[in-house]
Formats: sequence, structure tokens, C-alpha cells
Amino acid sequence: MASSYLTGIFGSSPIAPLQKHMEKVHACVEQLIPYTEAVLARDFIAQERHYENIAKLEREADEIKNKLRMQIPNRLFMAIPRGDLLDVLRIQDKIAGKAKDIAGLMLGRKMQIPEVITDDFLLFVKRNIDCCTQACTAINELDELVETGFVKAVTDLVETMVQKIDDIEHDTDQMQIKIRAELFNIEKDLNPVDVMFLYKIIDLTGDLADGAERVGNRLQLMLGQ
Amino acid sequence: MEMEYATILLLLAGVFGLFMAWGIGANDVANAMATSVGSGALTIKKAIIIAAIFEFAGAFLAGGQVTRTIRKGIIDANLLAGTPELLVFGMLASLLAAGTWLLIASHRGWPVSTTHSIVGAIVGFAMVGIGMDAVHWGKVQSIVASWVVSPVIAGSLAFGLFMSVQKLVLGTDKPFENAKRYVPGYIFLVGFIISLVTLLKGLKHLGFHLTSFQAVIFSVLAGIVVMAIGTYFVRKVEIDPEADRDFHFANVEKVFAILMVFTACAMAFAHGSNDVANAIGPVAAIVSIINSGGEISQQSPLPSWVLLLGAVGIVLGLAMLGRKVIATVGKNITELTPSRGFCCELAAATTVVIASATGIPVSTTHTLVGAVLGVGIARGIGALDLAVVRNIFLSWIVTLPVGAFLSVVFFYVLKFIFS
Repeated sequence: MASSYLTGIFGSSPIAPLQKHMEKVHACVEQLIPYTEAVLARDFIAQERHYENIAKLEREADEIKNKLRMQIPNRLFMAIPRGDLLDVLRIQDKIAGKAKDIAGLMLGRKMQIPEVITDDFLLFVKRNIDCCTQACTAINELDELVETGFVKAVTDLVETMVQKIDDIEHDTDQMQIKIRAELFNIEKDLNPVDVMFLYKIIDLTGDLADGAERVGNRLQLMLGQ
Repeated sequence: MEMEYATILLLLAGVFGLFMAWGIGANDVANAMATSVGSGALTIKKAIIIAAIFEFAGAFLAGGQVTRTIRKGIIDANLLAGTPELLVFGMLASLLAAGTWLLIASHRGWPVSTTHSIVGAIVGFAMVGIGMDAVHWGKVQSIVASWVVSPVIAGSLAFGLFMSVQKLVLGTDKPFENAKRYVPGYIFLVGFIISLVTLLKGLKHLGFHLTSFQAVIFSVLAGIVVMAIGTYFVRKVEIDPEADRDFHFANVEKVFAILMVFTACAMAFAHGSNDVANAIGPVAAIVSIINSGGEISQQSPLPSWVLLLGAVGIVLGLAMLGRKVIATVGKNITELTPSRGFCCELAAATTVVIASATGIPVSTTHTLVGAVLGVGIARGIGALDLAVVRNIFLSWIVTLPVGAFLSVVFFYVLKFIFS
């Protein structure tokens, strides 16, 4: 019976769910490391197990995403513009989706990585995940941004973090070039279909860092308002 | 002219006035204190105690000017010189109308401004029951204008306050240390502003006459005393490293929570000073007519027991029904951390207290919402539901006519019973 108009004024802040979503995406992507190690060790049982984990985490991230979309109707006036918010959410979501695609593809084709590139490939996967980790760290600064009201000290800090995302992404680009060159050297000795899918997996993995970089870009846009 | 039924009418005035004051306490005050409870700065129990003390103080010490406006500023009483009982019936009707609407709207959870209700009711009965000329339209115009201006002023003040907090505390390298350094300054401001506005204008009915200079000096002193008390508590706040793990500003907010206790007091004081008149302004009008045996005089002073009645009514309503409202709000406002809450409360309290000092009845509801919007525009709040804000700001469209209508109905009923 007793209620207050004040209860209704404050909409649920989207910051916490957004951060939670990114953390879920990050957890999902991180599973690619044990997954890749299982692939390299030719342990199919472990591979399947890790794939299930990735799929589960991707589903959970999806749920958070849908819930968040429901709770920011047009009539909310937010500290972060609605468009930017939804964009970041979408990009984050794509990263998790990509991780699942990578794992699914490698599993479905019972893919084996050629000896020559196994070490570099594992490092490549790890570096892409580093990029996502850095993006997650940057997104986690959002609540501090809102708390301080987007004050210069914090926006500068976030800018530095975003810069680091770009640096790591550049690293992954270099690594990708190297792996493709190594693969190019041995591709004539391998089954052509397998080779094509190997190139595809390298590309898809590289897309993880690209996604993280785009998250960083969106974050920069939010700062600039 | 002989006043028949004088005792009954006086009694009715007391009862209806108490009813209205009770409603104000249950509804308005709970909303005013809600921000302090919601942000975690106060428990419900402490909020009620603070509200009880400071609503009373605000009503008693600073409520005189607005009471005068409600009592005689809106209606041209000279037109009623031959039929003073009409004014009595009208004021009784207004109280009943406003109180009833308050009860209905609170029950449904609709936003309702007690100020709009009573002003609508008084204008309503005067227009219909007496005549269009009975209303001081110029005064009504300036009151309505203030209803638009007060949220804007509160919003601007809140915006400015938040910017200062960003600059001095939140945006610095050492927010916790700076919070400890500057929060006492803000506490001083709270004490100083409330004292200054009150002393400059509000205490005349108690027989205090101060020059502006004296008012400033006393205000500075009051500010210093308040600041000293606050500093004692601020010093005691220690950094809890655990709290900082999740959220770097958790400890900073603890310091601001102390500041919010003081702004809660200011908010209660301001609200009491402005809204008590909604209940006792009409009562004062009735009392002065009955006591002077039917003479309508513009000069009669405000009897203290009338103010007391209002203050007591507010406290009773708050303690009895306000608890539930505050509890509901307390669970749901987690977004309003103390660093924001204090900006909203100080801005709203300052605006309302200034309005009280100049005798203008404003809606504390709207003023507080204006302040919240101000902080929101400064990007200090995660999300604001603009549909709810719009509904609150448009509630006067319903409140004014409903208050007027009910008032007219009750007026004719009373006229029928007592004529």
C-alpha cells in the first residue's frame, strides 16, 4: 500500500549487468586455452568437455545480454548513451559467439594442428585472450567512471587501458602474419581442405582480438560525450 | 456578527488540520527522508527521529511566512467581510479536500504534492463558492511560477554541487583523503545556509528581529558549530581495505554518508518550514476569524498553538505511516550513493528554505526531483526513468482540479450543514 514516487525514478543502472556480461564473455573465451591444449594433445574427451564449457558460458552470457536489453527501455535517461551501451553489448556478445565457433569448428573437423605451428598457435590463442582480458579490465572501470561522473582522472586511465588493448591487438596481428607464413611454407604437403580450414581457424582466432579492440573503441566513444 | 457553532467549527478546524498534517507526515516527509535512507546514510529509525526533531523545528521556527500566504495571501478576505463564516467553511473544506486527496493518492502510490493540493483546494472554493474576484490572481500567478522555477533552481544547484564534488574529491588522486578534508566544509555550508535563510526572514513571528549583519554572524557561528560536530565523526571514519576491493570509492562514500545525515536534517527542516503551512494555514485563518468574533482582520498574528498542532501532526503521521514508505524506498534506491544524495538534498533544502523565507509555498516533491535531474544531467546517476519524472511533474494537472473540485463539494456540504 505504501509506496513512493522516488522508487520509480531510479531505473536499474545498466553498468553492473554490462560488466557482468563482459566477465562472462571473458570466462568463455578463456576456456579456449585448455581447449586448444587438449586439441594439441589430441585428447578428444577433454576437448569435448571444454567445448561444453564454452557453449554453456556463451549461453549464460546470452541470458545476461537479453535481460539487460529488456531493462533499458527508451524512456531511461542514462549516464551512458543507450546506443553506445547496446553497441558494446553486441560486440561483447559476438566475441563469445566467435569463441564457440572456433571450438565447434575444430571439434567438428577433428582438426589437428601441424607440428610446425603448434607452439606459435598456442601463443597466438593466449595473446588474443590477453586482449580480451584487457578489454574486460577496461569495461570494469565503467562503474568508477559513473561514480566520478566521468571525471578526467578516470577517463585518462581508461584511455590508457584502451591504448593497451590496441597494442596487444597489434601483437596478435604480427603473430597472425607469422603463423600464416609458416603455414604457407608447408601447405603443399597437407590436405588442401584441411589447410583451408586451418587458415579459417587462424582468422577466427584473430577476430577475438579484433572484437576486443572494437569494445575498446566503443568505450572511447562513451568517454568523449 | 455572532458566530454560531463557534466551538464546533474550531474543533473541526483542529481535527481537519491535524488530519492534513498527519497526511503530510505520512507521505511527504517519508519521501523527503527517503534519499537519506536509500543511500544507506541513515537507518529508518534514525531517519524518523531526525525528521521528528527537524520538521518540528522547521515548522515552528521558519514556517511563519508560508503560513501567512496560505492563510491570507491567496484569498481577498475583504470580500467576505459580511459573511465571515463562508471563509471558515471554505478553509475547512480545503483542508478536508486536500487531506482526502492526499490519502487517496498515497494509497495508490501516485505522486502527490501537498502544496498543490491545498492551493488548488483554496483557489477552488474561492472561485466557485464566492467569486472570481475573491482570488488574488497575481499572487496565485507568482506561486504557480515558483512551481516551475523551484525545480530548475534545485537542479542547477545540485549540478553545481556535484561538479564541485567531482573537482574536489572524486576526480583527485587521493579521493578518500580529500573527502575527509572537504566534507567538513560542506557540512559548514549546510549549517550556514539553513541558518542564514531562516534568520534573515523567518523568525519574526517569534519576536526576533535581526539585522542582516547579525543574521550572517549567527549563521557563520551555527555553521562552525555544525561543522565541528561533523568533523568529529568524519575523523572517526577509517579506511576499510576490504570495502575498496570491489569498488574503489566505497570508503569515500562512507565519509559522504556522514554529510548526508546533516543534509537529511536540513531537508526535514526545509520541508517542515514550507509544508506545515499546508495544514495550518487554513486553521490559522479559521482561528483568527472565530477568535475575533467574525471579524476578518488582515493583521492578527499566528497563535503558537496552531503551529504546534501542525508540527505534532506531521511527526505523528511520519511515525505511524511514514515508516512503511521509507522502508519501501530504502530497498529500492541503491543507485543514489551519498555523494549524490547530499547534492540532491542540499540543493532541494536550500531552494525550499529560500522559498519558505519569501513566503512562497513550493512543492518539495518537485524540487527534490529537479535536484535529482540536475545530478543526472551531470552524468552522476546510472539511469533515470524519465517517464516517472514526467508523471511526477505532470501530477499537478490532476491535483489542482481534483483538489478544487473536492473543496467545492465539501464547501457546499458544510454550508448546508451549518446554515
